[in-house]
Amino acid sequence: MAKASKKYELRLYIAGNTPKSTAALKNLKKYCEEHLSGIYSIEVIDLLVNPQLAEGDQILAIPTLVKKVPEPVRKIIGDLSNEAKVLVGLDIKPANK
Amino acid sequence: MAKIIKDKSANLRGKQLKKSPTGITGFDEITLGGLPKGRPSLVCGGPGSGKTLFGIEFIVNGAIKYDEPGVIIAFEEKSEELTTNVASLGFDLDRLQKENKIKVDYVHVDKSEIEETGEYDLSGLFIRLSHAVDSIKAKRVVLDTIENLFSSLSNEGILRSEIRRLFQWLKDKGLTAIITGEKGIATLTRQGLEEYVSDCVIVLDHRVQNHVSTRFLRVIKYRGTMHGTNEYPFLIDREGFSVLPITSLELSHDVSNEKISSGIVSLDEMLDEGKGFFRGSSILISGTAGTGKTSIAASFANATCLRKERCLFFAFEESPQQIIRNMKSIGMDLQSHIDKDLLRFHPSRPTIHGLEMHLVEIHKRIIEFKPHTIILDPITNLVTIGTVSEVKSMLMRLIEYLQSNQVSVLFTALTSTASSSEQTDEGVSSLVDAWITVRDLESNGERNRGLYIMKSRGMRHSNQVREFVITNEGLELVDVYLGAKGVLIGSAREAQQLEEATGEELRTYAGSRTDRQIQRKRTVLEAQITSLKEEFESIEEELGNTRREEQLRKEIMERNRKEITEGRYINMKSKRNKQDGKGK
Repeated sequence: MAKASKKYELRLYIAGNTPKSTAALKNLKKYCEEHLSGIYSIEVIDLLVNPQLAEGDQILAIPTLVKKVPEPVRKIIGDLSNEAKVLVGLDIKPANK
Repeated sequence: MAKIIKDKSANLRGKQLKKSPTGITGFDEITLGGLPKGRPSLVCGGPGSGKTLFGIEFIVNGAIKYDEPGVIIAFEEKSEELTTNVASLGFDLDRLQKENKIKVDYVHVDKSEIEETGEYDLSGLFIRLSHAVDSIKAKRVVLDTIENLFSSLSNEGILRSEIRRLFQWLKDKGLTAIITGEKGIATLTRQGLEEYVSDCVIVLDHRVQNHVSTRFLRVIKYRGTMHGTNEYPFLIDREGFSVLPITSLELSHDVSNEKISSGIVSLDEMLDEGKGFFRGSSILISGTAGTGKTSIAASFANATCLRKERCLFFAFEESPQQIIRNMKSIGMDLQSHIDKDLLRFHPSRPTIHGLEMHLVEIHKRIIEFKPHTIILDPITNLVTIGTVSEVKSMLMRLIEYLQSNQVSVLFTALTSTASSSEQTDEGVSSLVDAWITVRDLESNGERNRGLYIMKSRGMRHSNQVREFVITNEGLELVDVYLGAKGVLIGSAREAQQLEEATGEELRTYAGSRTDRQIQRKRTVLEAQITSLKEEFESIEEELGNTRREEQLRKEIMERNRKEITEGRYINMKSKRNKQDGKGK
């Protein structure tokens, strides 16, 4: 894969252990293992624990996945159930495919 | 009205809706206390109608005046932008943020950065809000403008349910909130937010009439309380937001018996007791162009300042410098009053803003300066920005306001020569307490000013026309000549006065001549008397002499007879003796 050389830094914002959060984390892990094996890191931030962090990344919706690196910064909101959209959002797959 | 309702429900007071004062001038009066406490209120209006400012002022006043910290969640402007924007109104958001009285949180959603996949909720927003609220123990919240979410997030179903949840959450937390919304085409807000906020809805609007824009505020709905329902004009100026309640509920205010001078002694003398107008009354000076209305107004101002009272002069026609210069020429030094801050000019072009705005402006200046007297010169120019009835209603409210504050007011009004001088163009003559008309009286090829008192409520006043003259020393009223030849004014009056003076002189002269004649006659008479007396005395003396002569002669004759008689006796004796001797 062409993008294998890149390093992916992902942050997942959740608020407590809601079904949506759990689903999102599960989905994310699955996609990463499939497409970004070895070159990704996931940081899970629970806003109920650290509410002040919400401001920095302009988090509104929960759950939100933020791709900080590589640029550009993208946010994917929702439980990440739509694999194709997530992959486009993470620039893993080009949007036209 | 409000009072009666309050009295009736005195026992219910504890259960009544609690209100959160906004600190916005006038708004708390309309809503009888402010926004509903612990509930969200919707403020909507078109672009540039002042929604954001309303919200910010609510928060800032809460933090400064009412000790209720507040949170501003800004969806449109960054906090730095907000800070800059409101700094011009004297709000220091940065300082308030540092003092933990206010928290501004800028929520930015960029659609291009966001991909939506599957289910989500807005807990992030909730968490941010609740974090902000908890960190400063906020009591007030402004969401400006939550509708922006609709443009950045596409799942409307989720948004709507989340917004509903948000408002419920705000209520549960007991936060007094303002939600701003952009005006929609057929609805109050574009996204129909009004269906979620049902407690209090305020609409802001600005309309352009005759190229003049006026802002209006209206409380559409306010559950659980009474409120003013009219459209109230409001003003955004360097002190922020101020709303003006148009109509006060009652027509009752204290009145004063104190009189204040008009600054023209001879005008005061035309009024009862010669002391001038009542304090707190409204005086109208009407007249055609160039009759000296402004001069009368200025002398009223001058008199006020000379009493060490404050006067506020609204000049709609001339600049202050011009007025000061012109009044100097008739012996009034207004500059010295300005230096002592007893006199303030507030010049403004009538067309600078709408009529209502002028009223708000006047109110504000009055509250600021607390004058004893205000002058509006002239009110005629206000008609250019409103209809006659609008001007009348504005002035009526102004008079009402001024009277309740015991402020005397003097209006000047220009009457056009064509219209009857019994009616001013603004139709305010019935509203005022005293009305003075200055009219051009044209006769014998010259124009003179005649001054009448048309009415003066509550005091006797002269019904005479006076001639009004402007001299280097000030204004003066001269008695017009009323006589067999009719009313004479101007040079005709002067000629008549001269003629009278001449007649007087002649009469005096004639009088003195008679006096002298009498004097002379007396002298002559007295001389005659003396001579007659002397004559009498000489006659008397003569007569006395004659009498004495007569007496003398009588005595002498008596003596002579006696002597003769005696002589005869002796003779007879001797004869007898001779005869005796012979016979023996």
